Amino acid sequence: MSNKSILAIILIIVAGVVYYFTKDKIDTASKDETIKLGIIYGYTGPIESLTPDMAKAAELAITEVNDSGSFIANKVEGVRADSTCIDAAAATSAAERLITSDKIKAIVGADCSGVTTAILQNVAMANGVVMISPSATSPALSDLPDNDLFFRTAPSDARQGVIIAELLLQKGFKTAAMTYTNNDYGKGLADSIQKNYESRGGKITISASHEDGKGDYGAEAGALAQAGGDILIVAGYLDKGGKGVIQASLDAGSFKTFFLPDGMIGDSLPTAIGDDLNGSIGTVPGTDSPGANKFNEIAKSNNFKSGPYTKESYDSAALIMLAMQAANSTNSNDFKSKVMDVANAPGEKIFPGELAKGLKLLSEGKEIDYVGASAVELIGGGESAGNFAEILIDNQKVTTVGYK
Amino acid sequence: MEIINAFALIINYIIIPGLTYGCQLALGALGVTIIYTVLRFSNFAHGELMSFGAMTSILITWIISYFGISIFPLPTIILALPISILITISYCLLIDKYCFQYHRKKNSKNVISLIVSIGVMFFTSGLIRVLIGPNDRTINDGERFIISARKFKEITGLTEGISLKLSQSITIIVSIIAVAFLFWFLNKTKTGKSMRAYSDNKDLALLSGIKTENVIFYTWLITGTLACIAGTLYGLDKSYKPFTYLQLVLPIFAAAIVGGIGNPIGAIIGGFVISFSELLITFSYNKFLSYLIPINFLPEGSLQILSTDYKIAISFIILVLVLILKPTGIYKGKLL
Repeated sequence: MSNKSILAIILIIVAGVVYYFTKDKIDTASKDETIKLGIIYGYTGPIESLTPDMAKAAELAITEVNDSGSFIANKVEGVRADSTCIDAAAATSAAERLITSDKIKAIVGADCSGVTTAILQNVAMANGVVMISPSATSPALSDLPDNDLFFRTAPSDARQGVIIAELLLQKGFKTAAMTYTNNDYGKGLADSIQKNYESRGGKITISASHEDGKGDYGAEAGALAQAGGDILIVAGYLDKGGKGVIQASLDAGSFKTFFLPDGMIGDSLPTAIGDDLNGSIGTVPGTDSPGANKFNEIAKSNNFKSGPYTKESYDSAALIMLAMQAANSTNSNDFKSKVMDVANAPGEKIFPGELAKGLKLLSEGKEIDYVGASAVELIGGGESAGNFAEILIDNQKVTTVGYK
Repeated sequence: MEIINAFALIINYIIIPGLTYGCQLALGALGVTIIYTVLRFSNFAHGELMSFGAMTSILITWIISYFGISIFPLPTIILALPISILITISYCLLIDKYCFQYHRKKNSKNVISLIVSIGVMFFTSGLIRVLIGPNDRTINDGERFIISARKFKEITGLTEGISLKLSQSITIIVSIIAVAFLFWFLNKTKTGKSMRAYSDNKDLALLSGIKTENVIFYTWLITGTLACIAGTLYGLDKSYKPFTYLQLVLPIFAAAIVGGIGNPIGAIIGGFVISFSELLITFSYNKFLSYLIPINFLPEGSLQILSTDYKIAISFIILVLVLILKPTGIYKGKLL
């Protein structure tokens, strides 16, 4: 054996030893250590108006944990990176950078379903890093292999189909006609409603698409009327084709009651249609959990708006840190199994603003049930069960009659 | 009883909507046909002229409502119609002066005027978006129904209802008045006769002392009036969305060509041919047949020839078939 190869072997051994000890040092939590969390949202792109508040919500949870003083690491730091919402390549390299150069421990995000899938498959799984998304709702993410690293605090779109199917049968509608707006949202929701409704004994007489932005929906309403049904499900948009189909159906006198999923809920619809819409029902994401109100107040006092997906974002960040505390480790492979434990019963309920209490209970070895701002309840492979408000159009107003 | 129900169903879903839509198409096709006979080009801007007319009607309705004037149960927009017709005519004369006149004087080929009309179409649609915006507006503030389906069922005891909207009857009545007036004008008045002479043989008409500018002025006067009425009625019956008028251009041209372009009676017939074929082909006949044949013989699936998504394709198909099989249309019109 030449001198050179001996030297090479020694070097490799030294490098291995150094790596082993440094790795050990980073992974075991110690009180004087700072850990980093990546906050990957689309700060540019189609939802750039929502993401600043979402990031602030996640950072709020981090501040709260830092102030508590009872977290396993000395200090948590949030590092933002841009997912662009639509560009998978840009999102992947942004996430890659956070992991290699910033050495983040977990990812809060991403936001849109497409980039979330890309980051999960290319970065998170390759590096073994936990990610919790507040807003990726594509049903496809439920079945994706994820090494148990992926969770989401938003419900899958498929979930609304289950809720709608159950609500329809509970109200005694045994047959229904359905029309949906001809895009991914409408088609996905319609398929989910049909599957769940028919497996529970309901019958969809017709499922027809409609295009948005047409002048006349008389022909669509005619085809729906001929198929018949106790109720017409309109999986569309309230300012576009959905409204047109409802108006045309009322004009021809074919349907009296309509079911309105989340895209159709808004005060402009009953105002435009008038009295005839009274008695129609619907669903929209929402919760009556006291956590939501508490979060709204906290957001207000921290000078940001509690807009769409801010609650879920706060909960995503909080869940990561609580799971770390429960596992007494900041290593993803150690705490990934704890995420479901802290999110679900049994244990003491933890609301927004009470993260310090949660951390303390966990360090004492007690169980917690994190409710958070969005009433988190993780089901299946780790996604939110989703909370929906049941809507009744009454006296030309959208009113909430209950929660599911 | 069963047969009466089947009839009520057809009247409610096909006859009444078909008549209304046919009237709207016929008025549009008349405008296209008159421009084609006199000025000899296909005016693609006609859909946007209709939209412009509907927009001015809405703007004037807002002014009228501001002063608290209303003619309930009729919609206020009827009051606005005469003024908006005048504005639409002025707009037509303006675009003629600044866009079409130049090419007429230069004796350019007809296809150049056609391209100019496409330019006018884009300009007008842009102007409309600037003035009123692209949003959807409901402009019917009058009584909605003459008879609603629910009331009809209560009165007759039938299981199928017939509903007749006020806007539908206004559309049909106004269309009849407009068409009657147009035919009287073309056949009985001196100006109308000179217009027909001009369209039959331009040179001979000029030699007999007919003034070109007069004929063209009356042509735009009629076109502007028809476009404004058709656009306003369409907006009243459905709702006013500026960009839907672009989609109307195709069925309107199909109607004009099917009937025989250049022939006013053909335009009206063509309008109804297009509207009824769109409805009949996309209608699903399950319920209709369930009244006529025993329920056991009824097939499971939907008895629909084409899905409603293909509604716009039907005018395309008819247009192509007519151009291949009978290029002059039902009534002998001019060759395109």
